[in-house]
Parts: sequence; structure tokens; C-alpha cells
Amino acid sequence: MLDAIDRKIIEATQAGLPLTPQPYQTIAEQLNLTADEVMARLAAMQASGVIRRIGAVPNHYKLGYHYNGMTVWDIPDDKIDDLGRQVGQLAFVSHCYHRPRHLPDWPYNLFAMVHGKTQADVDRQIRQISDLLGDCNRGSDVLYSTKILKKTGFRSRSKSTPSDSVNS
Amino acid sequence: MDNLDRRIINALQGGFPICDAPYRQVALTLNITEAELLIRLKNLRANGILTRFGPLYNAEQMGGALTLAAVKAPEERFDEIADIINAFPEVAHNYARRHTLNMWFVIATETPEQVSQTIDAIEEKTGLTVYNMPKIKEYFVNLKLEA
Repeated sequence: MLDAIDRKIIEATQAGLPLTPQPYQTIAEQLNLTADEVMARLAAMQASGVIRRIGAVPNHYKLGYHYNGMTVWDIPDDKIDDLGRQVGQLAFVSHCYHRPRHLPDWPYNLFAMVHGKTQADVDRQIRQISDLLGDCNRGSDVLYSTKILKKTGFRSRSKSTPSDSVNS
Repeated sequence: MDNLDRRIINALQGGFPICDAPYRQVALTLNITEAELLIRLKNLRANGILTRFGPLYNAEQMGGALTLAAVKAPEERFDEIADIINAFPEVAHNYARRHTLNMWFVIATETPEQVSQTIDAIEEKTGLTVYNMPKIKEYFVNLKLEA
């Protein structure tokens, strides 16, 4: 469904949009396309879900969100889809997934990321998730990130190098 | 970072228009000039407050494969293990976390086979077991933090 022109547009925009008054025109000039074609293809990729959204991604830490917790829960398999959707709907949850357990070390199958400026904020969020899960919560843990060791965009392999790292 | 920076970050986390002069359109809603918005965005990118600004691609929709994986890195080998894992171009993110599984990373490749090859290579180079936790189902993804 993606053709060679789409892939060229993806490569040209993976590092970000140009900060020029007409950014789509700037991309078009680099790729020998028209701005209309670049815009039409970006809009189509957004509609099909290839692009989740166009926008800004802040560094949590620099906005003061020093408490970034990966909350993990052991939920009965027959309840996880229903509860996972409900946890994902909570405003403070940024990512929510069903992932496999690795017994016996890792009994958790529901992952929800929460972010707070204080420990009390995050504790409140975790309590809210725990209340929602009720008796279906058979065990849980919270893994706080202590350091970003690497963070890059998802780049096509031909272009990826460790120097693409944008913060530490 | 001042109040205008915060308003810009909050506005641009929600999305960005696809039109001839999108910065002018956003600037209008913020009651500032296009030139001021562009200068502010350049600074926010340069000082790392914004890690990215642009289209956020869904690797799986592009035909690629993605997984979350973790290792138990012994404390005395932590930096060495981080260097080995970060050197793989397939590793997109890597975070230190407080747990016996203390290093969590995302592997993004073009095919599912390359994910398992990368995991095998990491196990071989580190001598550690890699706990592979590919998503079975995604319930929600939208990172939006109020500035």
C-alpha cells in the first residue's frame, strides 16, 4: 500500500518537519514533487494510520515529569481486553498494551505508562488504576525509569546510526 | 521556558495542519506571528525540550516489526551492557528502570525475522537472557503531557 514516493516522503520527514513557512513545499523541492502531492500523500497516510499524528513530542523530564512509571499488572486472560481498554481510556495513561508473561519471573500481562511531576501524582494515578481493576488485579509492580539510555525515532535501517540519538 | 512556550507545546501535541502555510495557521490561533512561532520552535528543538516535531509514524503500519524487550544487567556490567545494546541500530529506545529487569528497550526492524535475529545477537554479545515482550494487543497510544 505504501509506494516508493510514500517511502521517500517518510525518509525525508522522519527526522522532523522543516521549520520553514511552507514546510510541505520545502519537502517537495527536496524530492522533486509538488507541494500538493506531498500534502495529499501525508493526509492519506494519516487517514490510514501509517502516521499516528503530526505534532510535537516533548522530553518528559524537561517538562518536569520526573516520575515516569511503567505500571504492570497480572490480569486474568479472559478479562484483559475489557480492562485494558478501560485503563487505556484514563486521561493520564499514555500507552496501554497486553504483553506476554514470562513465568515465573514475570507474571504481568497488562502494561500502562503513567507520568507525573511528583511521586504523589503518580501514586494517585496508580491507585486509580488499581481501583478500576478491583479483584481482577492479581499482582502489580511499577518500574520507574531512571535514565534514558537511547532515544531515536524509528528510522529506516539504511539511515539509522547511533548518532541519530536526540537526547540522553 | 515561558508561558508562550508552554502554549505552543500544548497546542502542537494535539496535531498539526496539512496546508500551504501551516505555521501561519497555528500562529493565528496562538495570537502570535508566524516568524515568532518558527523561532520558538527552533529553540525548543535546539534545547531538547521537544525531542521531535513532525509526523509520528506507526512502524507496524509501515510493514515493520516492533517489540519491547528487557534484560537483567548486573550492576557492575550495566554501562557495558548499555553500550552493547545501544550500538544496535535496530534498538530505537533504551531505558534504565528500577527492577531486577533493569534495562528495557524497543527493537524496531523491517521484518519480524529481524526482531528475533537482533534478540539472538544481543543474547550472544551480552551473555544475558533477553525477555521478549511483543505486544499482543494495543489498547491506547497517545503521549500528551501538559507543559
